[in-house]
Amino acid sequence: MGLIRNLARSSTVIRQILIRNNHKIIMARQLHASRTDGVDKNVWVEFTQLAADYKAVNLGQGFPDFSPPKFIQEAFCKAVSGGPIMHQYTRAFGHPPLVRSLAKFFSRIVGHEIDPLEDILVTVGAYQALFCAFQALVNEGDEVIIVEPFFDCYQPMVKMAGGKAVYVPLRPKAASGAVLSSGDWVLSAEELASKFTPRTKAVVINTPNNPIGKVYKTEELQMIADLCIKHDALCISDEVYEWLTYDGAKHVKIASLPGMWERTITVGSAGKTFSATGWKVGWAISSGHIVKHMKTIHQNTVYHCATAAQEAVAQGFEREYEVFGSPESYFQQLPAMLQLKRNKLASCLESVGLQPIMPQGGYFITADISSVKVDYNDQSSVDEPNDFRFVKWLTKEKGLAAIPVSAFYSPEHSKEFDKYIRFCFVKVNEMQFMTLNLILIRFSFLFLIVLLYDSPSTQTLSFS
Amino acid sequence: MMRSRIMMCGSPLLLFHCVCPLKPSWILGQSDPCSMIIARQLLHRTGFACRSASINCRRFCTSQHIKMSRHTHSKRIEGLDKNVWVAFTSLAADPSVVNLGQGFPDIPPPSYIKQALAEAASVDKMNQYTRGFGHPSLVKALSQVYGTVCGRQIDPFKEILVTVGGYGSLFSCMQGLVEVGDEVIIIEPFFDCYVPMVRMAGAKPVLIPLRLKSGKKTITSADWYLDPDELSSKFNSKTKAIIINTPNNPIGKVFTRDELQMIADLCIKHDTLCFSDEVYEWLIYRGHEHIKIATLPGMWDRTITIGSAGKTFSVTGWKLGWSVGPEHLIKHLQTVMQNTLYTCATPLQEAVAQGLLRNFEMMGQPECYFTSLAEELEGKRNRMAAIVEDVGMTPVIPEGGYFMLVDVTSLNQDLSHVVGDDDEAYDYKFVKWMVKEKKLAAIPVTAFVGDESKKEFEKYIRLCFIKQDSTLAAAEEILKSWKKV
Repeated sequence: MGLIRNLARSSTVIRQILIRNNHKIIMARQLHASRTDGVDKNVWVEFTQLAADYKAVNLGQGFPDFSPPKFIQEAFCKAVSGGPIMHQYTRAFGHPPLVRSLAKFFSRIVGHEIDPLEDILVTVGAYQALFCAFQALVNEGDEVIIVEPFFDCYQPMVKMAGGKAVYVPLRPKAASGAVLSSGDWVLSAEELASKFTPRTKAVVINTPNNPIGKVYKTEELQMIADLCIKHDALCISDEVYEWLTYDGAKHVKIASLPGMWERTITVGSAGKTFSATGWKVGWAISSGHIVKHMKTIHQNTVYHCATAAQEAVAQGFEREYEVFGSPESYFQQLPAMLQLKRNKLASCLESVGLQPIMPQGGYFITADISSVKVDYNDQSSVDEPNDFRFVKWLTKEKGLAAIPVSAFYSPEHSKEFDKYIRFCFVKVNEMQFMTLNLILIRFSFLFLIVLLYDSPSTQTLSFS
Repeated sequence: MMRSRIMMCGSPLLLFHCVCPLKPSWILGQSDPCSMIIARQLLHRTGFACRSASINCRRFCTSQHIKMSRHTHSKRIEGLDKNVWVAFTSLAADPSVVNLGQGFPDIPPPSYIKQALAEAASVDKMNQYTRGFGHPSLVKALSQVYGTVCGRQIDPFKEILVTVGGYGSLFSCMQGLVEVGDEVIIIEPFFDCYVPMVRMAGAKPVLIPLRLKSGKKTITSADWYLDPDELSSKFNSKTKAIIINTPNNPIGKVFTRDELQMIADLCIKHDTLCFSDEVYEWLIYRGHEHIKIATLPGMWDRTITIGSAGKTFSVTGWKLGWSVGPEHLIKHLQTVMQNTLYTCATPLQEAVAQGLLRNFEMMGQPECYFTSLAEELEGKRNRMAAIVEDVGMTPVIPEGGYFMLVDVTSLNQDLSHVVGDDDEAYDYKFVKWMVKEKKLAAIPVTAFVGDESKKEFEKYIRLCFIKQDSTLAAAEEILKSWKKV
């Protein structure tokens, strides 16, 4: 015992001497705040850097490779050349024209009169809306149920708020055979119900879901709503892809279900709505008694959001309000265009033996990579999940960037799902598609050679 | 006392505090007959005959039990909801009020910066996500500018973080580096967000006031000093950081090298960090020099220096700022960034990069915006001071920044009739009265100090002078007519 104490003491002394001799005056005690423990790794930082380093065809991160629609670009230009007030602080909780147009637009969809000043908070992207929600409402020890696969930031945000994440996975319905649509991935009512405890503060859902693309049906949302009401829990509903639904799937807002307005925080994004992810304008809509707490977080974190972009988004919503439901609406045109891109990418993937899960909504297709065996030849990634290794190999060796899907799962379930990778199809650059085709053809050619000479289950493809 | 708030027509809800002593929290639902009766009575009394309201009321009354007593806010925001800006900006929003309150210019930003933004937004990929910790062209430009100013190589990717305004940098510092139970020293008067941010991080703000040297006729911000013994007494083993703001908001003090050295010595002695808010760094008036504490020996490794595009280029509505510091500190701010908002707006960052590069070429020359703006503002500062003195008030002439403290004692204004809390400070009452009666808005200075220092500061109001000549002229008119009364 004494020996250990002595060793500990001398190692501190040694460390302090080292610091002084190096003339680097780093604090001897812990520098960072504990709330940042365990939330420092980030899949985007890692994989976008990789895609950039290898100049890969980037189907990884979710952003369009085309410009926002003309009317919104014009609105931005108009705002920029507007009077001086466009370049100075606006109302902290949301630029008045924007909150008014959001209230007008969404009131008729939610079926509830939304107060622009009380029920809406404009944030720096939907990301910051999520942050405000967790910080405003989650205490140390609170439990937050997260439906997997989840947009990866939910977990570290819950952790940073001192909460405990409780996971419940979407599971493919079919017992055997290929699962073809994101609609086949469902929540078990019993499994979800079992996750609620007296400490459950909120449930986080994302519809359309990233990465799978599931668009929750009314019955599914009702099941979640019933549990929220029964257990007096909140619901954080991330609906950034709300306009991007395919094959006639309808986006339903859980906040519009009876008893849910007062306990749901609905998060939206101008970036995804108007294909302008770089503008970083988002919002949270909820009952005023919840929004007021989010406002307190907001006024102590960033306080204001940029004015000109908010003005442009306000104009965008005014325009869409007038043409809502008509063929001129961007909210009709964009999903129609993206559905074709989705189909194109899906058939590319199918043709090379990567099995896509057809998304009903959103920006992404996930593909099952289990029928492809690769000899990685990369010792540095040997401890990582299979999909991480596959994506790194695909980026470095084949010049194609994707995102590993087990990044969207909890540690306890990630092993079950490390056979999926995610591609973003919100790309119109034809060159990208051609290059992609070439990559996959080369890929499948070698794969076919193997099929001819050996059984795929015993043969590993080795790519040099 | 029952308070009710009836949502607009079509609302399915009625929220109110129940008078019933057993249930003091927000209540909804048929499990509480008390609230149901009150709901029905209210709807009836207010003649709320709207069809949808009655349908919704029925729906609400017969819906499942929706007890919401658990929907309380998190503990971290306890007591942080009040905010001087929320209160006073709405007062000043009346267009007939001459607004010298909130700190933003009503002079236009340089045209090339607006041009740069318009150009950036016309490039496809500039409308999509950029690098999370800062757009490459911006961090490279910052590295050039600050590398030159600090006289050292600054790694654009590891030693810089771009944030949503200087505000966002302050937040990232607190969340990244301040632990629950830590103490953080804050110098009064302080930009008001420092205290709530420290508290939100679960730490304790330890305040120390700037004190006024007595016996001087013309007062400048240089007459306010930190007592070295008093400052030293505030440091202990729990002290994680000290926040300094130079030029200071609201006083306008520009800390001298000796003063910064005194602070630096204490930081090194007690092994604390320093968060240096330098958003007004370019707005320095003749005879004074902005010194970066990070450039003093032993300080680079323990200092985060915060800057602001909004204050640099008169574009506060762009909300871009940055933190510059050593990798071992910046990396924790980057962790906070990737878990809060991930990335800042791309076209704005590109435009700021262009603005910085352009002025970097001209640094030190009169055409450089950093120089020309300071010169323009010095004229406005002097004009403001003269106007204020003419009325019999006493200005504190700032050495930097765009605010001026004004001592209103000599006006001897009777405010006993002003409606407000009993313990409301004199300056709060004065500003409310001044906005209402004189149509001139300012900010009360006790918003920038702790309770114990209120008595010393409640005779001051803060005026912002980065305003067009016409605004200053309008203020002059008001003050002149005041003198006549």
